[in-house]
Amino acid sequence: MTHSNASPIEIEAHEPVFVGKTRKQLEALYPSYPTKQALLLPALWLVQETRGWVSEASMAEVGEVLGLTPAYVKGVVTFYTMYHTHPVGRHFIQVCTTSPCGLCGAEETLQAILRESGCAELGTTSPDGRFTVVEVECLGACGFATPIIVNDDFIESVTPERVPGILARYQ
Amino acid sequence: MGYPHPSHPRETVVLSKHFGDPAARTFQGWVQRGGYQAIRKALEMGREPLIELVKQSGLRGRGGAGFPTGLKWSFMPKDDGKPHYLVCNADESEPGTFKDREIMRWTPHQLIEGCLIEAFAIRAERVYIFVRGEFTEIFPILEAALQEAYAGNAAGPNIFGSGVNIDIVVHRGAGAYICGEETAMLNALEGKRGNPRIKPPFPAQAGAFGMPTTVNNVETLAAVPHIVNNGAEWYKGLALGNPKSTGTKLFSVCGHVQRPGNYEVTMGFPMKDLIHDLAGGMRPGRTLKAVIPGGSSVPILTAEEAEACLMDYESIAEKGSMLGSGGMIVMDDTTDIVKTIWRYTKFYAHESCAQCTQCREGTSWTARVLERIIMGQGRTSDLDLLLDLSEQMTGKTICVLSDSCAAPVVSGIRKFRGEFEAYLSGSRAPALQVV
Repeated sequence: MTHSNASPIEIEAHEPVFVGKTRKQLEALYPSYPTKQALLLPALWLVQETRGWVSEASMAEVGEVLGLTPAYVKGVVTFYTMYHTHPVGRHFIQVCTTSPCGLCGAEETLQAILRESGCAELGTTSPDGRFTVVEVECLGACGFATPIIVNDDFIESVTPERVPGILARYQ
Repeated sequence: MGYPHPSHPRETVVLSKHFGDPAARTFQGWVQRGGYQAIRKALEMGREPLIELVKQSGLRGRGGAGFPTGLKWSFMPKDDGKPHYLVCNADESEPGTFKDREIMRWTPHQLIEGCLIEAFAIRAERVYIFVRGEFTEIFPILEAALQEAYAGNAAGPNIFGSGVNIDIVVHRGAGAYICGEETAMLNALEGKRGNPRIKPPFPAQAGAFGMPTTVNNVETLAAVPHIVNNGAEWYKGLALGNPKSTGTKLFSVCGHVQRPGNYEVTMGFPMKDLIHDLAGGMRPGRTLKAVIPGGSSVPILTAEEAEACLMDYESIAEKGSMLGSGGMIVMDDTTDIVKTIWRYTKFYAHESCAQCTQCREGTSWTARVLERIIMGQGRTSDLDLLLDLSEQMTGKTICVLSDSCAAPVVSGIRKFRGEFEAYLSGSRAPALQVV
C-alpha cells in the first residue's frame, strides 16, 4: 500500500468537552453504574448536547476519560443511529416512514418537509444551514401518524398541511 | 382508554385509567388516586408470597414473548450475595406499538411503583429504566417523577422506613431497535454495541454487569401494583374465559382505522369489535383487508381470520399469528400488501445488528428482492427464492430479528400470493420507479 507523501498528518484541533460543568455532569453519574464503561452512552449524549455532534477527537476524549480505546468508542458510536458523526443543521428533523406511518401518508409528509426545509435530499443540510432532514425507523407513535422529532421536540400527527407552520418555529 | 379519544364503554380501564390526566403525573396526584399503597403492601407481604401472588395472577410479559412474569422473577437466586438488577424495557420500537410511551407519559408513578415492587421481590437494589433515545418528551417526565418519588421516600434508601434500598436510574438508548431484545439491551447498558448475547447464561444467572438480572416490559411492570392491590383472583377474573391469558391488555391500534389509539380490554376480547367498534372501523367506503395483530414481527392475518379471532395469546396463535406486543396494524382494501411488506423488510434490514450471517444477509436480500418485484423487475422464481431465504432466516440466529423479518414475508406470500404475481406478470404497474 502506498501513501501520498504530500499529506502531512493533521492534528485535529480539539477543545476538550469534559471540563467544568460537563465534567461535573458526567462525574455525577458515576455512582449510578458499577463500571466506567457503562457511562459510554451517557458520555456520548453529553458530547452531542454540548457540541451538536460527536467528532473523532471527541470519541478519543471520551475514551480517555472512561479508559476505553478510541477504536472501541467509535465502534459503539457507529452502532447507534442517534449520534451524529458529522455536523448537522441547526435543527435536526427525524421523520418516521416505517409501514404503519407509511399506510397513513408518511411519504407525503416527508416530501413536504424536504420541500419546505430546502434540503435537497435525505441526510443533507439545507444551504442556509438551518435544517437537516433524515428518515428514521418506527418512532413508537404509530397511532399519531406521522410523528417527527425536531431537535428534542416530539411532534405527533404531522400532515403536509402542518409542515410550514411547524418549521416556521425553528429559525 | 383510547387516548387521545375518550374511554369507550367496552374498555376495562386499569392501566390506562388516568391517561390524558396531567394531574395523575405528580406524586401527590398519584397518591390521591391510590398510588404507592401497593408497594407498602408488598413490603409487608414479603418476597416469596409476592412472587407467588404474581405467579397466581397469570400475568405474562407484555413486551412480546408472553413469558409468565412470576416464574421469571422466581428464577432469580436467593442467597448469592451478589448485587441484583432489574432492567425495565422501555425501548418500545416494534412497529405498530405505542402503549409503553402512553404509560410513561401519563402515569410515570405507575411504572415506578411497579419497578419498586419487583425490585423488592427479586432483591435488586438498583433499577435501570432503559428508554429509547427517541422518546424525548418522556425523559423530563420520568426524571421529575423520580425526583418526587425520592423526596416522598418511595425510592432511594430505606423506602417507607422498611430498611429496603432501591435506586432507580433512567438510561437513555441511542437509536437501535435491537436494544429491545433483552440481552442487547444489557450490552447497551454496559456501554457496548447492542448485539444480542448467546443464551445461556440467561439474565437471571448472568445479566447486567454479569450479575443476576430480570428484564421486564413497561406494561408488565405497570400491571403489578394493581395485582398487589386487588389480588390474583381479581386479575384472573378480568379475562374472558381463557385461564392462560389473564388480565387486561393495552392494544395499540393503528393504520387504516378512524380512531387510532390505545384500547385497554380484557384478554379474550373479539378482535372484530376492537377494530370496528372501539377503533372506529374503516374509513367510509372501505373494507378490512388484513391485520398484523402483534407488532410487525408477527404473521399477517386476512380479514376473515382477524374477524374470527379473540385477543389472547392462545386464540391468536390458533389463527397462525401471535399476540406479541399488542400493536395492531390494520390495513384496508387500498393497501398494497407487497409494498407494505417490502417496507417492513427494509426496517429489519436497517435494524439488523449484523452479528449473524442469516440475518445480516437475509434481511437485506429479502428487501432487495422485494424491491425489484415492486419495481416491475421481479423474476418468476423470486417467490420461491423469498420463501427459501425466509426458511434459512428462521430459528437459526442468536435472536429472533431474522425470524421477525421472515414472518410477514412468508405469511404475505401464502395469503396474498396473487398480489405478488400481479407484479411479476406485469399486470400491476410498478409501485417504485427504477432509479
